[in-house]
Amino acid sequence: MEIPTIVGAGLIVIGAGLGIGKIGGSAMDAIARQPEASGKIQTAMLIAAALIEGIGFAALFAS
Amino acid sequence: MHGFFETDILSDMQKPFYVKVLLVVTLLLGINAFAQEKDHSSSEEKGSLKTEIKEFIGHHLLDSHDFTLFTIDEEKNEHVGFPLPVIIWDDGLKVFSSSKFHHGESVAEVDGNYYALYHGKIVKTDAEGTINYDEDHHATNVKPLDFSITKNVVFIFLVSALMLFLFGRMAKSYKTSALPKGIGRLLEPIVLYIRDDIAIPNIGKKHYKKYMSYLLTVFFFIWIINLLGLTPLGVNVTNNIAVTFALAILTYLITTFTANKNYWKHIFWMPDVPVFMKIVLAPIELLGTFIKPFSLMIRLYANITAGHVVLMSILGMMFIFKNWIGSPLSFGLAFALSLLELLVAALQAYIFTMLSALYFGSAVEEHHDH
Repeated sequence: MEIPTIVGAGLIVIGAGLGIGKIGGSAMDAIARQPEASGKIQTAMLIAAALIEGIGFAALFAS
Repeated sequence: MHGFFETDILSDMQKPFYVKVLLVVTLLLGINAFAQEKDHSSSEEKGSLKTEIKEFIGHHLLDSHDFTLFTIDEEKNEHVGFPLPVIIWDDGLKVFSSSKFHHGESVAEVDGNYYALYHGKIVKTDAEGTINYDEDHHATNVKPLDFSITKNVVFIFLVSALMLFLFGRMAKSYKTSALPKGIGRLLEPIVLYIRDDIAIPNIGKKHYKKYMSYLLTVFFFIWIINLLGLTPLGVNVTNNIAVTFALAILTYLITTFTANKNYWKHIFWMPDVPVFMKIVLAPIELLGTFIKPFSLMIRLYANITAGHVVLMSILGMMFIFKNWIGSPLSFGLAFALSLLELLVAALQAYIFTMLSALYFGSAVEEHHDH
């Protein structure tokens, strides 16, 4: 691995981390507001997180 | 300055505390000196150790033609394990045991042809096992079609047999009573969870039944095989991209061949948008149908590969540090990561099943007026 590759991988991880963190935080807020809907919120959260993760991994493999 | 500091502490503070501070300082200095000494004496050795660990991890990530449990002596080529059958097509079917390769050390002679292992792949060579290279340092030897029962294939067979046994017994127990017996008691809630929380909400009550068999199979297959990957057997099936490719292509084929008119209409001629947008959207939507299974493939492969690489790198820290910090640190981190990997094993199976169900749901969605 050369240095630009490592920096690129780091940037990808920062981006994906921010995205998944925001999803997690929003899901927490939503569950706090409506605890009875926690099951549905968790499912939606996992799907959104998985989609971001997929793109993140695709970019990591390209770098 | 130093002397002043010492006397100051002695006069002002109680002796036990001073002793404690001294002890800690001595200990820290001792570690530091010890580490530095190691650095000076064996920096060259450390470099070779790092490449050795890298090679070991790379080797672990590859499929192999023999099942090695552990290695006794690398130089003497002593391994504990058993060979697996090699089946290749090279002007006719050739079947022989992988013990002929002696773990890649020697050339196997079958019916007058010679084969050798090159980075885990079978290549055709001459009697000496010469490997020819092109300018980019790729082997130019002929690669025969390989249908071998490799380590991954063995574990796919084993998991299939295990699932057939478990779910066969579970299905049979329903014939006598409404309550399942034995292992079925453990599996029934999971099956019901997949039906009630994955299949029905995403696919709909009308069509979900025909997809249940695939969803259940893919969930339990990925889950069990991921869990086997955490055992010390060195199984790594889902971090082979060919396996995840096959799973993703199944989802793609089922989506494509069970899709109704409404699904295709939404791809090629999106309703309720201007004509210009219809033309722009068609290639994007068509590309989307390929990207969906592609992301399924990459996600599962990359998650499991990343987990294995990080876990093995942490274990490798033990051999790099070679002091009393290395082992507990490595053990603690490896333990924590293993717990995380237990979660990831189930989560990836869940995500794969969930997204497959979502795609099936979009394929059978009925037309409704917007």
